[in-house]
Amino acid sequence: MSQVVEQEPTATDSEGYDGLRLRQVTKSFGSFHAVSSLDLDVPRGSFIALLGPSGCGKTTTLRMVAGLETPTSGSITLAGQDITYAKPYQRPVNTVFQSYALFPHLDIFENVAFGLRRRKRKDVDTAVREMLDLVELDSQARKKPAQLSGGQQQRVALARALINKPEVLLLDEPLGALDLKLRRSMQLEIKRIQTEVGLTFVHVTHDQEEAMTMADTVAVMNAGVIEQMGAPADLYENPQSTFVANFLGQSNLIEGTIQSRAADVVTVDMHGIGVSIPTERCHADGDKGWVGIRPEKVLIGEPGEALDAPGNTIPGGVVTDVSFVGVSTQYLVRMPWGQELGVFEQNTGRRRMFATGEQVELSWRPEYAFLLDFSQDASAGAQKADAE
Amino acid sequence: MSATASYKQGSAAGRWFREHLVLILGIAVLIYTFVPIFVVVLMSFNDPSSRLIYRFDGFTLHNWLNPCEPEGMCGSLWTSIRIGFLATLGSTILGTLMAFALVRHQFAGRSAMNLLIFLPMASPEIVMGSSLLALFVAAGVGGQLGFWTILIAHIMFCLSFVVVTVRARLAGLDDNLEQAAMDLYATPRQTFWRITFPLVFPGILGAALLSFSLSFDDFIVTNLNAGNTTTFPMYVWGVSQRGVPMQVNVVGTVMFLISVVIVVGGEVTSRRRAAKLT
Repeated sequence: MSQVVEQEPTATDSEGYDGLRLRQVTKSFGSFHAVSSLDLDVPRGSFIALLGPSGCGKTTTLRMVAGLETPTSGSITLAGQDITYAKPYQRPVNTVFQSYALFPHLDIFENVAFGLRRRKRKDVDTAVREMLDLVELDSQARKKPAQLSGGQQQRVALARALINKPEVLLLDEPLGALDLKLRRSMQLEIKRIQTEVGLTFVHVTHDQEEAMTMADTVAVMNAGVIEQMGAPADLYENPQSTFVANFLGQSNLIEGTIQSRAADVVTVDMHGIGVSIPTERCHADGDKGWVGIRPEKVLIGEPGEALDAPGNTIPGGVVTDVSFVGVSTQYLVRMPWGQELGVFEQNTGRRRMFATGEQVELSWRPEYAFLLDFSQDASAGAQKADAE
Repeated sequence: MSATASYKQGSAAGRWFREHLVLILGIAVLIYTFVPIFVVVLMSFNDPSSRLIYRFDGFTLHNWLNPCEPEGMCGSLWTSIRIGFLATLGSTILGTLMAFALVRHQFAGRSAMNLLIFLPMASPEIVMGSSLLALFVAAGVGGQLGFWTILIAHIMFCLSFVVVTVRARLAGLDDNLEQAAMDLYATPRQTFWRITFPLVFPGILGAALLSFSLSFDDFIVTNLNAGNTTTFPMYVWGVSQRGVPMQVNVVGTVMFLISVVIVVGGEVTSRRRAAKLT
């Protein structure tokens, strides 16, 4: 079920692996499997995002790494050490909680110093001052958490975890409570700090833009398993399941019958129109599949107009909806087989807008399309509007 | 013309009354509550002509200078203070532990326990007192009623109040704080003493103050289980039939002043804290 292709599960060499490694980790609450046989490798120094809708198991996974939940089965190793059953205070892992969980009765300085004091570190004063400097809160050291704004509290939570120089820093939707503008600036801020300190970050979020902006690797989770994992651009351009195609951005998924499979290209009959898809973008078994194309990759034009997309021109579309968004115009086009496809056209100013009811032709470059397995639900992951 | 004028006048007076209704009622309620206390304070300076007539006859400092003059009064007061202190200690410790168990642990009978803890608060004192007496007699300690049976009774009825107060404070505590402490290398013991306890402490302190005043004040349950021991409320009840010595008013005034100091002190600290926050 798990479609992890980036790494093969090899339990034997975990001792030599210096990053965070989860092997066959399962967490069940009664008969409900929050996480099922999860395999995940997080190389040292990387920034990985676990992305998925609420209830997909991403927070449970994070809590198991923190030691706040115990896996039902499987193992977690960190820098070669088995930490599956270690207590939270025994593992070199720190967490930035969604609610920040700052200690209300301690001032900012003591909140940040907490971890160092528990481990009886020397030079707490210098370390705390440096850390507060890093998050630009040195002037607030003697204030109580309630006196700070949401964004400042967020930075204290980050400083309090970072000061311990953990092997892995876990971020549990740390920006969820901030407004959009502050969230964007904090995303860049956290990314900057990660680059500066060079620690391993594991970030849990349901916000696909946040995941793609911040992380070098995104793991899309759904129903307790990792659907696909890779660099943000790879995931976006070449999704391997309908869930990833719909959850990460939007996709048009069109039913097609596979005609032939050559070494480098697969030919698909899509409602009477032949389209070809590069083999490395083809993730369908059997003789049917979903032809996927991102709305911004679809070109729209008048019938007979020459479009910059050799090969696949699909005639007979009728514009049913036009939304002008400013940077782009978003069209819905009803195709001869009854399906409505989304088309985003960049507002370059060089082309005219189409009106509702106009006859149009659609076209796209074959190398942008992808082919997904027909057994998957074409609407999986598409309800991301609720998750926001 | 005149009708309009009187209408206007009536309306102005009516409006004034309506606007100040809450204030008037508030002052009336305050007078109603404070008159008895004022009488107690006044009578503590009374120089009575007769023990049988409760009337202000003349000003004196005699009562304040000789507070222990009436026979047995200071003894009963000391008994009440000792019982109050021990009952507070016992019920606060037990009640705090119970509150933690009820909030933090899942065990069989937890919801039944949550319900049962309310019963002592809801049942009439006379029922509690007499059933406790029946219990002591049945247990064969009917002959040794006194200090210890009073203490047991007081711990019993204070317990519910402590549990309810501490439980409310604990339920309002964010679980994430303790998880965050553990995540930051605090052992369970350190987590408790550095995070949980300081945050729950205001609730525990409130419960302790409440326990002391409940214990110090109690008459019905105490009277049934006291044997030959006399607490301060029992002393007052006893002497009131022969004429109350004015020193009782001194004790009453001192107790009132202590409460005022505690309440004002608490208010000032919390205001100072709030002022620091802004």
